[in-house]
Amino acid sequence: MSLDSKSAVPAHPTPEHSRPSAFASFLRLRELPVILALVVLVAVTAALNPLFLGEQGIKDLLLNATILMILAVGQTLVIITRNIDLSVGSILGLVAFGTGSIFVAAPNLPIIAVFVVGMLFGAVLGALNGLLITIAKVPALVITLGTLYIFRGINNAWAGGTQYFAGDRPEAFGNLSVDTILGFPVITLIAVVVVAIVAVYMLGTRPGRDLYAIGSDPDAARLFGIPVTRRVLLAFVVNGLLAGLAGVLYASRFNSVGATTGSGLELDVVAAAVVGGVAIFGGSGTVVGAAIGALLLTTITSALTALRVDKFWQQAIVGILILAAVVIDRIASVRSARKLRIAEARNV
Amino acid sequence: MTHFSGPGSEAGDPTGPERTSVLTLRGALKTFGPVVALADGTIDLAAGEIHALVGENGAGKSTLVKILAGVHQPDAGEFLVAGQAVSFRNVADSKAAGISVIYQEPTLFPDLTVAENIFIGRQPKSRFGLISRVEMRRRAKELFDQLGVPIDPDRVAEGLSIADQQIIEIAKAISLDARVLVMDEPTAALSGVEVDRLFAVARRLRDAGSGILFISHRFDEVFGLCDRITVMRDGTYIATHETGSTSVEAIVREMVGRDIDALFPKSETEAGDVVLRVRGLTRPGVFHDIDFEVRAGEIVALSGLVGAGRTEVARAVFGIDRYEQGTVEMAGRPLRRKDPRAAIDAGIGFVPEDRRKQGLVMDLSVERNAALTLRHSLARFGIISARAEREAAETWGKRLQVKAGSPEHAVSTLSGGNQQKVVLAKWLATDPKLLIVDEPTRGIDVGTKAEVHRLISELAGRGIAILMISSELPEVLGMADRVLVMREGRITARLDRAEATAETVMHAATASLESSR
Repeated sequence: MSLDSKSAVPAHPTPEHSRPSAFASFLRLRELPVILALVVLVAVTAALNPLFLGEQGIKDLLLNATILMILAVGQTLVIITRNIDLSVGSILGLVAFGTGSIFVAAPNLPIIAVFVVGMLFGAVLGALNGLLITIAKVPALVITLGTLYIFRGINNAWAGGTQYFAGDRPEAFGNLSVDTILGFPVITLIAVVVVAIVAVYMLGTRPGRDLYAIGSDPDAARLFGIPVTRRVLLAFVVNGLLAGLAGVLYASRFNSVGATTGSGLELDVVAAAVVGGVAIFGGSGTVVGAAIGALLLTTITSALTALRVDKFWQQAIVGILILAAVVIDRIASVRSARKLRIAEARNV
Repeated sequence: MTHFSGPGSEAGDPTGPERTSVLTLRGALKTFGPVVALADGTIDLAAGEIHALVGENGAGKSTLVKILAGVHQPDAGEFLVAGQAVSFRNVADSKAAGISVIYQEPTLFPDLTVAENIFIGRQPKSRFGLISRVEMRRRAKELFDQLGVPIDPDRVAEGLSIADQQIIEIAKAISLDARVLVMDEPTAALSGVEVDRLFAVARRLRDAGSGILFISHRFDEVFGLCDRITVMRDGTYIATHETGSTSVEAIVREMVGRDIDALFPKSETEAGDVVLRVRGLTRPGVFHDIDFEVRAGEIVALSGLVGAGRTEVARAVFGIDRYEQGTVEMAGRPLRRKDPRAAIDAGIGFVPEDRRKQGLVMDLSVERNAALTLRHSLARFGIISARAEREAAETWGKRLQVKAGSPEHAVSTLSGGNQQKVVLAKWLATDPKLLIVDEPTRGIDVGTKAEVHRLISELAGRGIAILMISSELPEVLGMADRVLVMREGRITARLDRAEATAETVMHAATASLESSR
């Protein structure tokens, strides 16, 4: 070691070292287990029930996954900063019911305006979460558990027994969930665009990378001069915005919206992110992984239904998947740590 | 290595070298409520010099560093960077002014790659406005080549040695074009080779014109590396000396305000019965066939290089880690494997190396930490009374002279030396028969070091058996009745106090490393 290596290092630039092969980096992907699980699941189910992969079957799979996908992407932003947002189900419910109300009150409003209003509404609710967390410095788990009930309570008070049905909304709005482009439902394409935009933001921009740094070590992030408060707030606002988008899409996809719309969804969302390789204590994971996690969870439900497996088993299997994801992640990190130790020992 | 070159070589020039000041802090005051952390923070750092800042625990060095870093804002005083008055509102301001601070425990993001750790917040961008990983990797590699250190820019920071983490921090500082580099006790956790590497890098930066502020408790480093030395005591500036025109004794006198006559106050004690007997302890790949015993009133030092397996043996003895073969006996009775509770009950106390992570619950108060190991004996009907807890904490806190605002303050607010005393208090309160101390004075200043040594010696005098792990040779030679040297997981030498010299210990610790070269 020491200074001799100074001349040695630049003399031997090893190209294969500086640029790992595409296949090798594919094998190291955190998302690999969830992708494999999805492929195996679809293959096995399709083998047993060919209808599963028919045109309608695929369309249903994608439609079912769309809303959870968008929510999981937003949740991932928040989890990566070592926070969590349990209120997304309630935000979705409020926005979905709001969407129903708007169409009843103003049937001729352009659909795009409804999307904007719904997303802004979600963003405001997300900002509320973010402000409470960053200003009061109370753990996100507690704050969003509180707002979960508050938002739901407001939804209850607002809706009462009222429900709005698909018939109350313009046909074009409902068609978003029926029409396809190149075989893909429109709302799924919206979700894919959302995943792509957020993925690029997280991978390729400085604020996106800051989110990882914050989740990796919040104190260090502060010492580095990363604007922690602003970034965390942003994550919550975007998460709220996406929950708002999901709320609007919910009103398009499903027949009725009311006081209980979206309740309990938050746990599916967190499960999707975790299964998709997002570390629950922040710092690592990708939105693509979370989106695939959402697709896997909804596909399991469809697959088990297609195979006529009891509902109870479906939930148990989701639970096993979550545990498997955590265990796989743990094994992977222990193994890579051991590998690094051995590599270091050789250096000495 | 001691050869000076470049602008800094004029440091020893008695005619007084021309220095351009890059950073000047004069009369900086910082208070936290009623506590004055810094009364007169004064430092004058020149371009192209390595400037040592020395002082006892609580002398205000850390506070001064945090002011330079923009973490704290001074309540009063003058602060100039390159001749311009500055006042930093935050860390970003300090960075923008060209100041980089490398903390004792580097703060990297474990989940991010090395390259990203260097460039976080200012990653190079491609044409499309997105981060260019290729460019980022190229620049990181360039920096490491420049520093002469092979680190893979693509690996994640998790699992890097502290030495490598510091190199990454330095690479970051260079990439920021830092004119001022502050190193806060950078060598505390490094082995000899790593220290040499760090110093080579520091000298290169100095020769390139950076001003380096170097904080250390190791005088050989201060005198070997630095051009000037500034001494602080009790939050106040004392003096600045040219290294060539002062001595260790003079500096120590200024630091403590008194003469330290015995740095290692070892009292001769008669060794009693065998307290701890370890036979054939083996954990493949980590340590092999470890045999030794420690008698009552005896201090046995476990010496060797960092990574020789010393801490691992101690952890296995205490029941934290597994071992495959062998036995551990306390006072003739075998100890269950992997059962720290049994070890405590048998009378073993363990003061770990990393007091922040293992020795203390940083967010709990001093009194609760001190009473943590005592819960059984303090509890009445299973309930611990706050009063009993406080009494126990106060007794030992007083005895060890812990300087805390109040026993209710969280431990994280104390200085390193005082934290170490709280850890000691915690175990002494259990009245142990055997105390294992792992690097008891790491990162602690001279004055407190002597106090810790006196304490350990006093404990041995009272019949407690002491197993001390230490990387500091003077400490090993000064304190131990017997020295066991470990190398690559095996005990390679057993030396009496008379046989143990710097040469014999170092030889046993490194022999195979040298022969393998």
